[in-house]
Amino acid sequence: MKTCLVVDDSRVIRKVARRILEDLGFAVAEAADGAEALAWCATAMPDAILLDWNMPGMSGLEVLRRLRLEPGGDAPKVIFCTIENELDRIREALAYGADEYIMKPFDGDIVAGKLAMAGAL
Amino acid sequence: MLVAALCADRAGLRVDSDKDYLLENRLGPVARREGFGGLGEMLQALRDRGDERLAWSVVEAMSPAETAFFRDPKTFGVVAGQVLEDLAQRRNGQTLRVWVAACGAGQEVHSLAMLLDEHAPAGVSVDLCASDLSERRLEKARSGVYSQFEVQRGLAAQRLVRHFDKQDENFILAQRIRQAVRWRRVNLLEDLTPFGQFDLIFCRNVLGGLLDAARTQVLGNLTGALADGGYLVVGLGDAAPGLTALPGEVGVHQAEPGRRAVAA
Repeated sequence: MKTCLVVDDSRVIRKVARRILEDLGFAVAEAADGAEALAWCATAMPDAILLDWNMPGMSGLEVLRRLRLEPGGDAPKVIFCTIENELDRIREALAYGADEYIMKPFDGDIVAGKLAMAGAL
Repeated sequence: MLVAALCADRAGLRVDSDKDYLLENRLGPVARREGFGGLGEMLQALRDRGDERLAWSVVEAMSPAETAFFRDPKTFGVVAGQVLEDLAQRRNGQTLRVWVAACGAGQEVHSLAMLLDEHAPAGVSVDLCASDLSERRLEKARSGVYSQFEVQRGLAAQRLVRHFDKQDENFILAQRIRQAVRWRRVNLLEDLTPFGQFDLIFCRNVLGGLLDAARTQVLGNLTGALADGGYLVVGLGDAAPGLTALPGEVGVHQAEPGRRAVAA
């Protein structure tokens, strides 16, 4: 079973994302901030990561930068999932190595489509 | 039922009378736009007055609207590779005529325009046309403006940043892509011969929603509009009698070329 880590400081968003991802057949883990996410990745690298941008402490961009430096950190498909909807933000995320980008609000179709485009389904 | 009869008569559309939510969904906005208190009031007026313009507004609103970019990615892969290359070779430098029929809000034809911008086969020029039954939808399609919700359906982030600009809370397709498309209102039930012959026709959105007789007629019209060796792309579940399906169940069918060099 494929695994997906949902990184978001909002418990509600994590819950919504979890339900969508479980319907798509993923085993889901949750992290409420960047440090927790990186700790999780160090233990068990997930197949995909749904990553918020603005979180207390470490930003999603910083999480992505550090992740890609880790051994095996290239492997997970990283999909930003954020309220940020300026094209320059999206370019920045892609330049850091994000595989796809979701602008909130999202629904199940968008998540499934983006995971497929990222090659994570 | 009035709406079903109108849709059947004007455009061959099959409207299931038990789908009330669909009526409310599609026609509610029309009723508001036309200044009626509600759907019921508009339908009553339609019955009483037989207003031709209003009748068409209703039919157009009930016709299917495209909802996603690059729907069925495998189909686009086959078109971008095999089909365009074959046509380029066959037409030998001539401009390829491509038509997206029932283009809805334009996602499909714009997907094609983006593909051609990214990698048209060398030396190939394409004349890209799009049509829809609804003038209103053509206007939206032509504007190239899509909501945040719309640009997330089927469109990769790489393509979004490459081909779109932000316009307030919406996204607008780059002018160089938009201006590659010519638009016209066409009812596919009518005689299509004035439009000439096409090398590639997309009609993936509408066949499933037609009454049997209308589907047969539309398929006949479109097949008749195919140039020798041209391709018709239909929805994954649609049949295209008289044409040869390409392998892979991608909805791509070819009109048997009159003379074709067979590789030894």
